[in-house]
Amino acid sequence: MTSESPAPLLAIEDLHVSVGDREILRGIDLTIAEGETHVLLGPNGGGKSTLLNTIVGLPGYRVTSGRIMFKGVDLVGLEIDERARLGIGIAFQRPPAVRGVRLRQMLDVAAGGSLEPELAEALDTQLNLGHMLERDVNMGFSGGEAKRSEMAQLLAQMPDLALFDEPESGVDLDNIAVVGSAINALLKSEERISERRRAGLIITHTGHILEFVNADVGHVLYSGRLACKGNPLDLIEEISSHGYDKCVECALCQTLA
Amino acid sequence: MPDARLSPEALERLAEIRTAAEAAVDKPAALGPDIDITRFRTVAEHDRIASLESLQRQVKETALLSGFDADEKERSASYFQMDRTPIYERVQKAFDDAIEIMSTEEALKLYGEEMVANWWWRAVDPGKDKYTALVALHQTEGYFIRVKAGRKVEKPIQACLFVSESDVSQNVHNIIIVEDGAEANVITGCNIHTDVKEGLHAGISEFYVGKGAKLTFTMVHNWAEDFSVRPRTGIVVEEDGVYINNYVLLKPVKSIQAFPIAKLVGDRSTAVFNSIVYGLKDSVIDLGSETQLIGEGSRSEAVARTVSMDRSTVYSRGRLIGRTNTCKAHLDCRGIVQSAESTQWAIPDLASEGAPGAELSHEAAISPIAAEEIHYLMTRGLPKDEAVSMITRGFVNIEIPGLPEVLRRQIDKAIEETSKEAM
Repeated sequence: MTSESPAPLLAIEDLHVSVGDREILRGIDLTIAEGETHVLLGPNGGGKSTLLNTIVGLPGYRVTSGRIMFKGVDLVGLEIDERARLGIGIAFQRPPAVRGVRLRQMLDVAAGGSLEPELAEALDTQLNLGHMLERDVNMGFSGGEAKRSEMAQLLAQMPDLALFDEPESGVDLDNIAVVGSAINALLKSEERISERRRAGLIITHTGHILEFVNADVGHVLYSGRLACKGNPLDLIEEISSHGYDKCVECALCQTLA
Repeated sequence: MPDARLSPEALERLAEIRTAAEAAVDKPAALGPDIDITRFRTVAEHDRIASLESLQRQVKETALLSGFDADEKERSASYFQMDRTPIYERVQKAFDDAIEIMSTEEALKLYGEEMVANWWWRAVDPGKDKYTALVALHQTEGYFIRVKAGRKVEKPIQACLFVSESDVSQNVHNIIIVEDGAEANVITGCNIHTDVKEGLHAGISEFYVGKGAKLTFTMVHNWAEDFSVRPRTGIVVEEDGVYINNYVLLKPVKSIQAFPIAKLVGDRSTAVFNSIVYGLKDSVIDLGSETQLIGEGSRSEAVARTVSMDRSTVYSRGRLIGRTNTCKAHLDCRGIVQSAESTQWAIPDLASEGAPGAELSHEAAISPIAAEEIHYLMTRGLPKDEAVSMITRGFVNIEIPGLPEVLRRQIDKAIEETSKEAM
């Protein structure tokens, strides 16, 4: 590759999204190239989950203008499963329990039919799934179990763009490490960017997950707009010492945004 | 039927049964739509067969849908009744001395005195309603299965009651005895020929589970849109005995109404009822069970999963009656209504009769599949219809502990077929 920037995998242009009568996203522009890992920061209610759910295609998130281009295809109007088969995957913050559908079946579904036994065994070891495989998915799972189950499903799916909604919330330190290494395994974020192909977008509140995952770009989503862009660790440091309000006011952000 | 060799007491009991039945010939059932039973002829006679392989292919295939396997490798014994004739019964060699299988009328001839004293109309009242009366007065055979004391037979015993013509009633009387310490898995299928439309199946079943014995009874029903079914079942479980009832209905039926009654007379006896019911087309389905907890420390659990579609009406009932302080029982009925023209009732019913210590509980729910669950499966790449079908299959595919693998596969297969057809 001679080009400076790799081809964009995801290109969101002037995206406006309403939930009910309320406009939550008010003009988002975001480009993620192959191999890049982005981090989405921002206060509660700022629209971070709305952005992820809109990319995935969950109902209730109405795109009023703008578009979401993925691999050159406009996602708006495509069904959830069509987007998934195009290569979009998500690890939910609080996935629903499904009575009667076991995690093992979910892994088969995510793998597009049936997960190869060797791969299932590797996932089991890596994420310590054990008896969870035969349990109804998310039914009575602890916080850590639910996160590990979500990671296992993403690793079975191997999407080109993986979305993570607060992968560290409600999880103890041991589990954050396990989840972090699973994200690395998926995104190969320890390797050089030219070696990577899959891209990721991670919502984090605390930034704890960044102790385990290397991210390239950070954004602050503030009242429906991407107010700030920069090095993820710098942004987190700024936010933890001065808060979001001050962060988005800083001169650097104002010029970038 | 009365046999000259019977004792005066036995003859007197047979006369009593007859009198009770005669008094009930016009008595409608307490539940379910009433049926004009005078419209039906009695089922016909057939020739016996030497091997199940000689059954018509269509008959074999229909029977297989309810778990009756003409290739008997995975079975310990078989009974096949065509209309009114037991055309085939066989016990596999390895189980020769463990299982007896024959028609109830043959058993009555062979063991008349013992039958009348212990099992013949002892768990079901012949005067209950017109359907018990019909069987008592115009019985067309039925199976008699006895598993000898201490013998644990894991391979299922299979029985098939087949109806091959229209406008008839098949009035069977079945008896299963699992003697003390014995174990048996009985899988029965009631089937009709694909050409049959209207008809009635009235079936009396009386099951006796001895001390420390265990009976797993699995029934898969395949009826037709104009066929009516009125089973009447009574179960008696003695000390430390276990009765497990698995019921699967995945085909349309005109109407079925059944409410088996299990009497847990022995201390520490157990009854479990699992049922999976699909209400299809115009089916009227009224099913449930009653458990009477009489013995000290008796336990019961009833789990029902119901999916109703089209214009079907489904009643899912469950009744627990605690009669001892140390008993404990739970009902769990859940339903999904998948059509705006379908109706479902969940009717749990608990009673403590003079047993302040009885612990009885229930959870009943009728609700749709949560959209959130469907979307969750879709985010993994599954199209919506397949996601709905997978969740529905999961909903009905209840965990049945101790179910032999062969029966598990049978039920999975039946559910699989149904969800394919429903899509």
